[in-house]
Amino acid sequence: MSKFGSSSNKKEVPQASSNSLSDIVFMLLFFFMVTTQMRETENKVLVKLPEASEVAKLERKDLSANINIGTPMRQYQALYGTDARIQLNDSFKTIADIRDFIASERDAMSEAERSLMTVSLRVDQDVRMGIVSDVKQELRRCSALKIMYSARKPGGGK
Amino acid sequence: MARRKFEAIGSTADIAFLLLCYFLMTTTMGEQTGLQRRLPPIPDSQQAQDQQVNRRNIIIVRINSADKLFAGSDAMDISLLKDKIKEFLTNPTNSPSLPEKEPKEIEGKTYMVSKGVISLQNDRGTSYQAYLAVQNELVKAVNELRDEFARANFGKKFSRLSEEEQDIVKKAVPQNISEAEPKEVKKR
Repeated sequence: MSKFGSSSNKKEVPQASSNSLSDIVFMLLFFFMVTTQMRETENKVLVKLPEASEVAKLERKDLSANINIGTPMRQYQALYGTDARIQLNDSFKTIADIRDFIASERDAMSEAERSLMTVSLRVDQDVRMGIVSDVKQELRRCSALKIMYSARKPGGGK
Repeated sequence: MARRKFEAIGSTADIAFLLLCYFLMTTTMGEQTGLQRRLPPIPDSQQAQDQQVNRRNIIIVRINSADKLFAGSDAMDISLLKDKIKEFLTNPTNSPSLPEKEPKEIEGKTYMVSKGVISLQNDRGTSYQAYLAVQNELVKAVNELRDEFARANFGKKFSRLSEEEQDIVKKAVPQNISEAEPKEVKKR
């Protein structure tokens, strides 16, 4: 490999060491391991987000609380039916539980950041607005006023 | 013996590569996008209801349970909604049926700010997809107006402006979208 122009060159080109290669790869590996986040909560409702072209990114993901609304997944349909349900954290809940959920999410945040909390409504596109209105009304009552209608960019995967 | 050493290192690199590929494939850079909104606070008492908005300053956008759209008084296709809203908010001909404008001083300069409010109403049977599509059109109309305003006054697109300039534009072209109170929401 190092014998390209061997006849004229007396000095041999030192062989490139492949030792650093594994270091670089490991570094990349650690980067991805650290940035990867496994989904903490299991989705129990089916949510296919609607498309919207004017979406903005949520800057502080750690300051958001998720409310999922959609039809239950197939394995839960025997128990909960096929009507749209609300999922908070890991279980099916009702409108009345939103107050406690918001309170516990608030408690988990530091004092200064509580006012920045955004409630991200992840709602399936086929859900009727009635249940969404009820949730919005309850959020107003809990004075969690910053909300975000989750949507995806048209053409994007997911 | 040097050769044996290289082989050992080569295999660690391979393993690391495999792991790397695995994480590359499974990583989703958890990005959440959406339309951000601020809900109105619950009114304390009846005083908030006395706030009457002049009739010409309000446009009612309704979506009924069959996902049909009404803007003002007439039925409308969603593709036309954006232009209707832009006309409503700018009022280019100073027509008496469109919202009034008032001069407002922002950071030393005076701009004409529209007093128009978009009232979005929906039925309990409206589908979320239709609702969000309309929300999206409303945001799009406001964003385009902000872009036009930024071009006229600063010579740049809104997204290219500095934070202070963006604040000025936001005040000059406010996003007044009111989501209806539930008592106006028709029960099925």
